[in-house]
Amino acid sequence: MEPIAQWTGVTRRYGKLVAVREVDLALSAGSATALVGHNGAGKTTLIKLLLGLIRPDEGEVRVAGADPAGGQGAHARRVLGYLPENVAFHGAMTGAELMAFYAGLKRQPAARNAELLEQVGIAHAADRRISTYSKGMRQRLGIAQALIGEPRLLLLDEPTSGLDPASRADVFALIDRLRQSGATVLVSTHALAEIEHHVDRIAIMHKGELVAAGSLDELRRGSGAELRLRLRVRPCRTGQVLERLPAQVRCIRRDDESLELVAPAAGKMALLREILAMDDVVTDLELDEVGLAQVYSRLVGSIGDPS
Amino acid sequence: MNVWLLALQEIRIGLRNRWVIATTLVLGALSLSLVLLGSAPTGEVKADSLAIIVVSLASLSIFLLPLIALLLSYDAIVGEQERGTLVLLLSYPVARWQVVLGKVLGHTAILAFATIVGYGAAAVALWLRGDAASGSIGAFGAMVLTSIMLGASFVAIGCLASTVVRERATAAGLAVGAWLFFVLIYDTAVLGVLVADQGRTVGERGLNALLLLNPTDVYRLFNMTATESTSIYSGMAGPGDATALPLPVFLAALAGWILVPLALAVIAFRKRSV
Repeated sequence: MEPIAQWTGVTRRYGKLVAVREVDLALSAGSATALVGHNGAGKTTLIKLLLGLIRPDEGEVRVAGADPAGGQGAHARRVLGYLPENVAFHGAMTGAELMAFYAGLKRQPAARNAELLEQVGIAHAADRRISTYSKGMRQRLGIAQALIGEPRLLLLDEPTSGLDPASRADVFALIDRLRQSGATVLVSTHALAEIEHHVDRIAIMHKGELVAAGSLDELRRGSGAELRLRLRVRPCRTGQVLERLPAQVRCIRRDDESLELVAPAAGKMALLREILAMDDVVTDLELDEVGLAQVYSRLVGSIGDPS
Repeated sequence: MNVWLLALQEIRIGLRNRWVIATTLVLGALSLSLVLLGSAPTGEVKADSLAIIVVSLASLSIFLLPLIALLLSYDAIVGEQERGTLVLLLSYPVARWQVVLGKVLGHTAILAFATIVGYGAAAVALWLRGDAASGSIGAFGAMVLTSIMLGASFVAIGCLASTVVRERATAAGLAVGAWLFFVLIYDTAVLGVLVADQGRTVGERGLNALLLLNPTDVYRLFNMTATESTSIYSGMAGPGDATALPLPVFLAALAGWILVPLALAVIAFRKRSV
């Protein structure tokens, strides 16, 4: 599919620091992509490049076919909705006034603003000054302004940071709705376990480099992340079970009645069939799915700050 | 369209945080006190009060308007960046020159409102007392207009300061520095040069050029010499005129002092990474 946004061989430095290095990534229209990585891995820099706020030192950035930092940049930005990390507003304005201002900049009628505020759940506070809003309400207002004019491409920079669980769930529900409506979504996040089922693709950044990009399945295969199984076995039959398992399966813990096994994620179905065939001795089976968190830590090492 | 929206937003913020009302009250109070107390120097002599007010207000404006303008504008860009609102604003379909121009227009509009209402109050008070000679109405209007231009020029200078630095505090320092330089230091320095030079190299032309290089001097010369009545009271009349420059030159110089810092601010802002 035609990519709506694309980084080609992009390098961006801040002084000596290389914020992103030779990144090639495309967002195909209608897809949802998660951008994950440590703090300072270059996620925000990639987003700022798309917005035309900064220019690449090398390589090329394209949004809707145009250079966002070039002469037609303002035009390209018309299809964008953006929620900055730590969104801030002028506290003296009310929510409704702020939405009217931003809608005007996007040439959108202000009539739909009330609906957007309703959608993010702060319609009741529309006529209050933003300085009286809580952190969560500001974040919701930030999301509402990003949705002005039904943008084709939404860039959400850590939309769930600092939110309570209910608000986080609202954010993920919103991402699902946007996906269904055909919008392209790029969401940078640390909430690995929460995001994995809400996106089609995941791009992993580490120290400015794009380590991997693909669907969760592709990343699982590519990362060599392993499956973890716990088997409950009839007393003193564990040896028999281990004999019959394929060679790639390693046993990491063993006692009279249970086994803990590690196996390559790729051979999961074959392994399960093997184990089910032993239902005379294996009485129970517990399976830890390989999630994004495991894939991520396989690819870039331990996660410093998973919040 | 975007420029208009951005300017309106600045005006709205100015109304909200009471800058508009505070500035208007300060200028109004000062100009009215000049009217009420300032009748003493003319006493019983049937002098033209409005012409005197033009001269006094112009002298006052030279100190006050640049200060207010710089206070309004030094925060324009760097403040938004520090608060974190600039990133969001620039993610919208606005060009950077529109942001700079919109802010300068908005701040100038606030100053213009305060000047017209504040100084207008003085004119109305005089008119009610029947002291205003109709010949001075033009001078008064020209004073208000050039006051707004002077304000706009320092709004643009403040905005430039706001665009070239990374921190608010630095921008505030630059703004104070600009005020000190243009309002207090420059004239003294020029005087010093003239005294040291003893008229050998800096002739009349040189002096005129030096005075045009400072917006407050341009403003002063314009208002002290604009009409016969004001030049009498400002002590700038008579043979051997302080300046031989025609009035449109002053207006053009003031306009330049608005446009040049504005253009520099736009250029600096385009290069700035946010």
